Amino acid sequence: MRSFTYERATDTQAAVTAVARSGAKFISGGTNLLDLMKLDIEDPSHLVDISRLPLRDIEELPDGGLRIGAQTRNSDVAADSRVRTRYPVLSEALVSGASGQLRNKASTGGNLLQRTRCPYFYDTAAGCNKRNPGSGCAAIGGFNRIHAILGAGDSCIATHPSDMAVAMAALDAEIELLGADGSVRRVAITDFYRLPGDTPQIETVLAPAEMITAVALPSPPPGRQIYRKVRDRASYEFALVSVAAIVSADQGTIREARVAFGGVAHKPWRSIEAEGALTGRPATMATYRDAAEAAMRDAVGQGDNDFKIELARRTLCRTLAQAARAS
Amino acid sequence: MSASDTDAMRRSQGEPAPLSAITLNVNDQVRRLEVDPRTSLLDALREQLRMSGTKKGCDHGQCGACTVLINGRRVNSCLTLAVMHEDDEIVTIEGLGDPDHLGPVQRAFLERDGFQCGYCTPGQICSAVGMLAEVAAGWPSHATAEVAAPRITLTDDEIRERMSGNICRCAAYPNIVAAIRDSAERGPG
Repeated sequence: MRSFTYERATDTQAAVTAVARSGAKFISGGTNLLDLMKLDIEDPSHLVDISRLPLRDIEELPDGGLRIGAQTRNSDVAADSRVRTRYPVLSEALVSGASGQLRNKASTGGNLLQRTRCPYFYDTAAGCNKRNPGSGCAAIGGFNRIHAILGAGDSCIATHPSDMAVAMAALDAEIELLGADGSVRRVAITDFYRLPGDTPQIETVLAPAEMITAVALPSPPPGRQIYRKVRDRASYEFALVSVAAIVSADQGTIREARVAFGGVAHKPWRSIEAEGALTGRPATMATYRDAAEAAMRDAVGQGDNDFKIELARRTLCRTLAQAARAS
Repeated sequence: MSASDTDAMRRSQGEPAPLSAITLNVNDQVRRLEVDPRTSLLDALREQLRMSGTKKGCDHGQCGACTVLINGRRVNSCLTLAVMHEDDEIVTIEGLGDPDHLGPVQRAFLERDGFQCGYCTPGQICSAVGMLAEVAAGWPSHATAEVAAPRITLTDDEIRERMSGNICRCAAYPNIVAAIRDSAERGPG
């Protein structure tokens, strides 16, 4: 690990001011950043510790939603009784990720900003446009079983690894950001993440020195919420495919549906196409199959990961059937 | 020259950052030490405080051998910096008991033969202590049928899921689960 200097931020404004200097980064839980620093993939010269900032509360919003402070630990969000009863899909997504130890450390903001687990991103001897822009993508034509099937390009086929963000995408979460100049803005989570395009190293719309201060969840949509994750191990493993679904059905007809996928793209993948194929249609397997076809219409396999396209379709069908039955 | 210029020059010459004088509270003892900011909590415990109970396995948060309790919560000590934990209460395996006064989870691991080589055991035990507190607080897991359920029934599936961050390459898992089941049935103390 390269050497760095360290400071603990005392308030949020001081934090964004401190991180504005060249080579500086925020650290909170550190579970992803320190791992990457040990491997010389991340290389900050200065760390600004924001883990003790007063951003650890989960507050009620006037519209019936919740505002989750960015420094709230993953395990605290998952265990919060309001999240468990009103946003169970978020609780389920959180407890399906990482391990108990990591969830106790990892922050909400850090979870959103975690980097891909593409093995070529981790292998500093391999070409990787995300780690080293212009060096190529060794995953294209390489071992790409875990890689993206939607929204990828010629420069990068990495996936975003978060489960939490997939549930938040289905819940229409907004990310609250504080700029170095003190300005505050809110960005919808689906707009927060970028597709790789020609600049896979730029993963979000965060401006330099901008800090995530909170995630706002609007009041929960009607219907049953389910997060289903398919992976190579039963526990402590990233998703091959995951689905966050929220389905409201009435007398056999789907009134409203939300669908987001994880493990399939550079960002949590909200599928407006699947939602359009569900709304107003009968709650039957034929409908779910149509929705799955619509969701995967533009999917492209890379060889090893071709199976993910059908896996995503089937995972969606099963999740929708379960949600519609219970709603 | 600004502070960041000085840092950049020092760094370009491959020199470490100045040592930080910090105070850690480990097993109810106040310990003062000077660390390079890069020092993980794990390395501070083992190499500077000479407490070798906490083990280094993968050093990347994947195996759980380095698990300690910080303010009562289990964490991977390899993936956090010592400088980040001033004013925190750190408990290591040495703080959970000693050979003459074993803690209840330590005793259960002995009785159930919950190990072979023993390298992962301190992490397993610290993790189990933290995990049992999480269950007592009603935290759901991936094995919990309804995350909104107010109480957790600690089935073997729950134990396995909640302990998945601790790897045992000897595969003593059945006896680890049994030891934790015993500990849960006996309750705290």
